[in-house]
Amino acid sequence: MLLIHCPYCEEARPEVEFAYGGEAHIARPLDPSTYSDEQWEEFLYIRSNPRGRHHERWRHTHGCGRFFNAVRDTVTDVFETTYKAGEARK
Amino acid sequence: MKRFSGFNLIGEAFRSHQGWPEHWPDKAPKASYDAIIVGAGGHGLGAAYYLAKKYGITNVAVIEKGWLGGGNTGRNTTIIRSNYLYDESAHLYDHAVKLWDGLSQELNYNIMYSKRGVLMLAHNVHDVQSFKRHIHANRLNGVDNEWLTPEECKAYCPPLDISPRTRHPVLGGALQRRGGTARHDSVAWGYARAASALGVDIIQNCAVTGIRRGADGAIEGVETERGFIASRRVGVSAAGSTSLVMKMAGLDFPLESYPLQALVSEPVKPIFPCVVMSNTVHAYMSQSDKGELVIGAGTDQYTSYSQRGAFHIVEHTLAAICEIFPIFTRMRMLRTWGGIVDVTPDRSPILGKTPVKGLYVNCGWGTGGFKATPGAGDLLAYTMAHDAPHKINAPYNLDRFRNGRLIDEAAAAAVAH
Repeated sequence: MLLIHCPYCEEARPEVEFAYGGEAHIARPLDPSTYSDEQWEEFLYIRSNPRGRHHERWRHTHGCGRFFNAVRDTVTDVFETTYKAGEARK
Repeated sequence: MKRFSGFNLIGEAFRSHQGWPEHWPDKAPKASYDAIIVGAGGHGLGAAYYLAKKYGITNVAVIEKGWLGGGNTGRNTTIIRSNYLYDESAHLYDHAVKLWDGLSQELNYNIMYSKRGVLMLAHNVHDVQSFKRHIHANRLNGVDNEWLTPEECKAYCPPLDISPRTRHPVLGGALQRRGGTARHDSVAWGYARAASALGVDIIQNCAVTGIRRGADGAIEGVETERGFIASRRVGVSAAGSTSLVMKMAGLDFPLESYPLQALVSEPVKPIFPCVVMSNTVHAYMSQSDKGELVIGAGTDQYTSYSQRGAFHIVEHTLAAICEIFPIFTRMRMLRTWGGIVDVTPDRSPILGKTPVKGLYVNCGWGTGGFKATPGAGDLLAYTMAHDAPHKINAPYNLDRFRNGRLIDEAAAAAVAH
């Protein structure tokens, strides 16, 4: 089980308190009506799925309830860092 | 290839079985091939076999970064069924089930396909309605599936607890009698042996490091740890690593790779006659011919390539197993392991052409690829031989994520595969 540091609670807590939120930093379309099918495909379905550093969202569901971002290595599952939502990509 | 037969077996018995040749020779890569398959799992080896057997392309190489059948082929829970809701899915998975029948004879290799039946338990009204809908849809598609009352479930699978006081009462079940299990390693070995006998080169411990495309964008071959291998046709069947291989060709795929765990108990005498799946409590189980209870857990929630998962996933699955089968509460578990499954947004595979000429893909089988092994191999081979998909796999194209014609088995199928 992963130990995840919540940047809001400033505490490392077990994974069962958290919900995974998928890849981070995928911006919602600002003007959806102008989006082409290719852009929708990219936004909805295409994921980087890297082997190595992965930017991802987590939600501290059974804690503060807030979303935050994390950088995790997908080979070792070790977290490099976690940071608050809205902060720049690390 | 020396055929397995009663006559040969008796003959070999007189000379201590020293006369059996190796199943498949370990080949060094040639400079070029008519077709290359990336990934020597059941699907990839199956594709190579059918290319050589049915479609007449024998100058084929199967390239594998690890060892043959060492990925998800050797890590799954060996369940075979085809009771999927949608027409496209029923056709695809039933194509595979039809090929499972008689595969041992065709390959001259005992893959131990056992039609012991797959029983899916209904625990609430929603399950009952949903399963009955599945049964009707399946029967319209010519796929066998029938409804059993709780008593009939108990008769079919005696260890089941059907008393109404349990936390998850059994309200009935959907039974596919043609469903069952097969020996997963044998499937890979059987295909490898049969393909090798037809002239296919199987190259292990040779990771693909790049995909070379010509000025017109078409495939020219693959770069590997053992040098460049030329081919105009490359089929990728690399499960959890498909995203990485596709990036080498400059393609981004709608895939995410998750760990999926399974576990086995200590071996015991035959106690469990069929496969039981319970999607509501998320547990599924069968007993291998060796005697171990084979139990499938769920995926972890995060993407990973680590081939291991979290313990609480296993604990959750075992809690569900103990609830439905109190008889097993004191069984000891022997081993757990994880495999990396490639999951698409609609939980249906991608099987067909790619935007790159000469590059074909078979991926996205997620948590349920083993059952499709012969079908996926055959259809990938067909697509590579004809440069066009078969009508069964035509709906499983990449374009569906753009035009919205998804095959959304995520909601329709069971959680467990």
